[in-house]
Amino acid sequence: MAEIKLDSLIKSYGPDQVLHHVGADIEDGEFIVIVGPSGCGKSTLLRMIAGLETITSGEVSIGGKVVNGLEPADRDIAMVFQNYALYPHMSVRQNMAYGLKIRGTPKAEIARRVQEAAEILEIGAFLDRKPRQLSGGQRQRVAMGRAIVRDPQVFLFDEPLSNLDAKLRVQMRLEIRKLQKRLGVTSIFVTHDQVEAMTLGDRLMVLNGGYVEQFGTPIELYDRPETVFVAGFIGSPAMNFLPAEADGGVVTLANGVSLPGAEGVRGKITFGVRPEHLVPDAAGPIRVQVQVFEALGANTLVHGVLEGTDTELVVSLPGHETPTPGDVLCYAAPGEHHHLFDAESGARIAP
Amino acid sequence: MVEKRPGFTIVAHIVLIFGVALVALPVWITFVGASHDGARMLQAPIPMWPGDQFFENLRQTFFGRGLDGSRTAPVWMMMFNSLVMAMMIAVGKIAISLLSAFAIVYFKFPFRMGFFWLIFITLMLPVEVRILPTFEVVADLGMLNSYWGLTVPLIASATATFMFRQVFLTIPDEMLESARIDGAGPMRFFWDILLPLSRTNIAALFVILFIYGWNQYLWPLLITTDPDMMTIVVSIKQMLEASEQTPQWNIIMMTALLAMVPPIFVVIAMQKLFVKGLTETDK
Ligand SMILES: Nc1ncnc2c1ncn2[C@@H]1O[C@H](COP(=O)(O)OP(=O)(O)OP(=O)(O)O)[C@@H](O)[C@H]1O
Ligand SMILES: [Mg+2]
Repeated sequence: MAEIKLDSLIKSYGPDQVLHHVGADIEDGEFIVIVGPSGCGKSTLLRMIAGLETITSGEVSIGGKVVNGLEPADRDIAMVFQNYALYPHMSVRQNMAYGLKIRGTPKAEIARRVQEAAEILEIGAFLDRKPRQLSGGQRQRVAMGRAIVRDPQVFLFDEPLSNLDAKLRVQMRLEIRKLQKRLGVTSIFVTHDQVEAMTLGDRLMVLNGGYVEQFGTPIELYDRPETVFVAGFIGSPAMNFLPAEADGGVVTLANGVSLPGAEGVRGKITFGVRPEHLVPDAAGPIRVQVQVFEALGANTLVHGVLEGTDTELVVSLPGHETPTPGDVLCYAAPGEHHHLFDAESGARIAP
Repeated sequence: MVEKRPGFTIVAHIVLIFGVALVALPVWITFVGASHDGARMLQAPIPMWPGDQFFENLRQTFFGRGLDGSRTAPVWMMMFNSLVMAMMIAVGKIAISLLSAFAIVYFKFPFRMGFFWLIFITLMLPVEVRILPTFEVVADLGMLNSYWGLTVPLIASATATFMFRQVFLTIPDEMLESARIDGAGPMRFFWDILLPLSRTNIAALFVILFIYGWNQYLWPLLITTDPDMMTIVVSIKQMLEASEQTPQWNIIMMTALLAMVPPIFVVIAMQKLFVKGLTETDK
């Protein structure tokens, strides 16, 4: 049972600071997903929590105890690596038992725990195989098994699903989620895949360039992104951003078309609206010149530009639509789905 | 090659058979020489087919008091000396190189790169180059005519250190990290993870180093004056120079033949691991 507290964590490699004042309070049993583009510092942050990377400044506490000075083995954590890092010369059973053996757990107890974990993960049939005799998905399970036999306070995952094929990834994602709820162990999961992040996390931490952009539930992030970055990162297809001018109640787009919105906001803004929130409306102010469309079955994605500009725009329409390239389609953007950001800083200003 | 022309196959086989004959002929002559009596070996032409004295020669060579006037020990004793020397060199080199590669790859200590280069530089200083000072040191330490004197100066090995360094570098960092999370300290990691993962490389290196040790000539020649400490490779040369006597070719050939046996055994015994080391990518 452990809550985790990150207090103003900083990481520097020589003169390069790669994490800037990262802070978070994670509750016991919560599933936190750290998400962000490549190189934003996700792995570094996770490894600092694990104790594999030194902490330049700030504090990590697990279960109310500051663990900055503790070895990884003494932090009561378990980690699942992207390449699984199973010991190739040991059988699955030995792989899972190794940590317990080092801790001097009695033999009978080790056997019992390995058996139990093997049952949960359905890997009982190949306990005596070597890792190289397993498929990628099975190795993934063994890596999970190695983590759960230890019965740790915290699970740490560093992109554990990225070596699996798409179908298996979806399946394992659900299993990890179920397993975590069942065991109730506080977990931190790193991924660069926003769908994975949305489906797994109780709360998401969006990192960008070493800064926490936003930390909240998936729905909060979707409904009320705090920055342009989060708005563009969460949701698929990504939110449309249109440069605009606000004049206390009227938003004027780059092609001169105005629509009501942005009460009390003045100056240059970035007007954001999600593709799925644009509604067909013959008198709608957002006129899109169609370039191509993608029929996905359940819906159709129309790619085009805002008429009279070269700002690209995506519209998601339910069902089968077959617009002709070159046509101009008109859409309305209901006020409750507007996202307004400061054009300079990218911070949310309204609503 | 997937050529299917019969002419090509025949040519290829002729070349191969010629190569085999070239390598095998001296061995055959040695074997033939070891199976005749001493008198027959001194008549021209030398025999090309085995005689009937093989086991007699074997007994005489293996257990006899060596050649008259050659001041050599019985061959079994020299084989034992060679074996001890080769084993000590091979095992010692492997142990020391494993540990130094472990230190260089996995530990951060001051002047790490300095030590790395220091080891590298010793590549340029094989025994032959530093033979006088090394002899002086060994003599001053009173290690002449001892197994230590035979082996210690040859034990440090830059080549093996580099090889193990390369092996360790191919082991992903996550292996170390996951061992750390499992609670394994450095030596535990070395024993439980690194050693088993380098098993095939150790076997391959053992074969090479055993033969290297077994074939040592110059160094044992210099530091052993006591016939009881002489190695078999050195003794063959001594026998040729046996004073006031025509060379006893049957005995010399038998000794040469015996000198070939242990390396062959090592190669055969280690072959499976050796090949595995070259073909299996397990990490
Ligand atoms: N040992 C190091 N020395 C210097 N810089 C490093 C080191 N390790 C990581 N970095 C830098 O820290 C930043 C964050 O790296 P990190 O591995 O945490 O990224 P990431 O978010 O996990 O990316 P990815 O999704 O590609 O795994 C990167 O800019 C990287 O170049
Ligand atoms: Mg990473």
